[in-house]
Amino acid sequence: MTALTLAPVRVPDRRPVGVTVAAAVLLLVVLAALLAPWLAPYAPDAIDLSASLAGTSGDHLLGTDSSGQDLLSRVLHGARSSLVAPVLLLAVAALLGVTLGVLAAWRGGWTDALVSRLTDVMYAFPGLLFTVLIIAVFGTGTTTSVLALGLAYTPTVAKYTRSLALAESRKPYVDAYRIQGMGGARICALHLVPNLGRAVVGYLVVLFGEALMSLATLSYLGFGAQPPSSDWGLMVQEGQAAVVQGALLPALVPGTAIALVVVSFNVVGVWAADRLGRQA
Amino acid sequence: MAVRIARRLAGFLATLLAASFVIFAAVYAAPGDPAVFLAGGRDKLTPERLATVRAQYHLDEPLVVQYGRWLGDCLHFDLGRSFKYGDQVADLITARLGTTLELVAYATVLFVVLGVGAGILAAVRQSTWVDSAVVGGTTLAASVPSFVAAIALVSLFGVQLGWFPVTGSGRGFAGTLHHLTLPALSLALGALALISRVTRQAMAEAAASDHVEAARASGVPEREIVRRHVLRNALGPIITMCGLVMAGMLAGTVVVETAFGISGIGSLLVGAINTHDFPVAQAVLLLMVAGYIAVTTLVDLLHPLLDPRVKQEARTA
Repeated sequence: MTALTLAPVRVPDRRPVGVTVAAAVLLLVVLAALLAPWLAPYAPDAIDLSASLAGTSGDHLLGTDSSGQDLLSRVLHGARSSLVAPVLLLAVAALLGVTLGVLAAWRGGWTDALVSRLTDVMYAFPGLLFTVLIIAVFGTGTTTSVLALGLAYTPTVAKYTRSLALAESRKPYVDAYRIQGMGGARICALHLVPNLGRAVVGYLVVLFGEALMSLATLSYLGFGAQPPSSDWGLMVQEGQAAVVQGALLPALVPGTAIALVVVSFNVVGVWAADRLGRQA
Repeated sequence: MAVRIARRLAGFLATLLAASFVIFAAVYAAPGDPAVFLAGGRDKLTPERLATVRAQYHLDEPLVVQYGRWLGDCLHFDLGRSFKYGDQVADLITARLGTTLELVAYATVLFVVLGVGAGILAAVRQSTWVDSAVVGGTTLAASVPSFVAAIALVSLFGVQLGWFPVTGSGRGFAGTLHHLTLPALSLALGALALISRVTRQAMAEAAASDHVEAARASGVPEREIVRRHVLRNALGPIITMCGLVMAGMLAGTVVVETAFGISGIGSLLVGAINTHDFPVAQAVLLLMVAGYIAVTTLVDLLHPLLDPRVKQEARTA
């Protein structure tokens, strides 16, 4: 191998400073979300039409939107739903994906074939289109979006879990339990799945940034959170009309918040998953 | 070779059938009467309208027969009637498909030129600050959702600098180009990380082979080595990845067209869902999924033509 051979791209490995900064940003955002009611100078839905589209000032640090709602207060409150919803959707995906993946690996045969055909069909829908189909059928709203995206992320998690579970199920301890007369379901639930936990969590951490991005995109399209929510994606959509009038803050403040959290999470996530994977 | 093509085509048809069945049968997953659902909900619903829907979708027959007839209708480009527009769905789509394809084509040109360019740069200047800047910059770009990129681009180049129009798709070649630059850029930005990374990796692998070492030892200029020996051998994975990303972009237009107020099939889909116009949503989804599967299959079939080594591997395997 010559010097030209590449190691796989691992940005955070090379820049631990970036990881520290990103982690600090995330910590601040989480704190802001927790303390929103105390930190926010106004109620997120306090309408003040006399202060419509105000720029930055002492009264409104990040300006206001077209209804005169304080953008800083809205972004702080919006951090709550914008951070909790991706966790929920990944929980849905993990529950379904791990179940299907372990089932496929353990049972093999037609169960395995069925699971992989199902995932193939879902992979035939590019981008968010599978989610969009579910929303078209069951209607818009936060709950539908979270469940639909959870379902859309299931094949990815299932595929990953299947490969892990396949390797794990060949380990001697599984045979040992089986010889002791333990049933397949018990071995999986009590021993196999917990042993996969670390790797699966690492994988989910990497997916978090993308999950947040997908959810924000759905709210932006009007499929997710509905007004008067302060969800970031919805705020961008509401603020967009003002951009043409030259008031950039209403769309750019929540947009920047989304980008900042996703970037930070990707930097921290890749680094964390790397470490989790190495220790596993 | 013929066996490979036949197998891929069979796979293409099977996937298409399964996906179209999911899109068709989704109607039955909806709560309530499928006819009411297809007609756009209970408000302003007349018995005549309901009868039209039942006839169009053959709702009184068994599911498999319904699906067969629906698929047959779709193949004849009879996609039903939109109750919001009071128009043939096929007409709504044909009026908008051109704009969407222009947008995808423009975005493809942008991400191929910028992404492959950045990847080559990173590979040639490996382990220098240029390499880090390309990797860091494209990773950053991939972390920004396309609608946020769209708003940021509009704010800067549309509103502040006034270089580009803020909405619409423009007329004539120059007008279209002018109008679609920002939308195409927001669509392409997210793909840059993937493309440049694949390019960089493929070139690094090609650069590690013995014939490059031999060329360098016999004094071939570095430029020539990169162009004729490294890039040329790396083209297979690069072109494949570009094709796959382009196929996925059809779905990306949903967001970008909405952000820029472009009247294409992506924004048609969003509008259809927000107004409960399921026949339109169904048709656009079917078209996008079919396009996606077709392009990915095509890319797979073209791969051995681009890179004869793949053909040989397939033969020996």
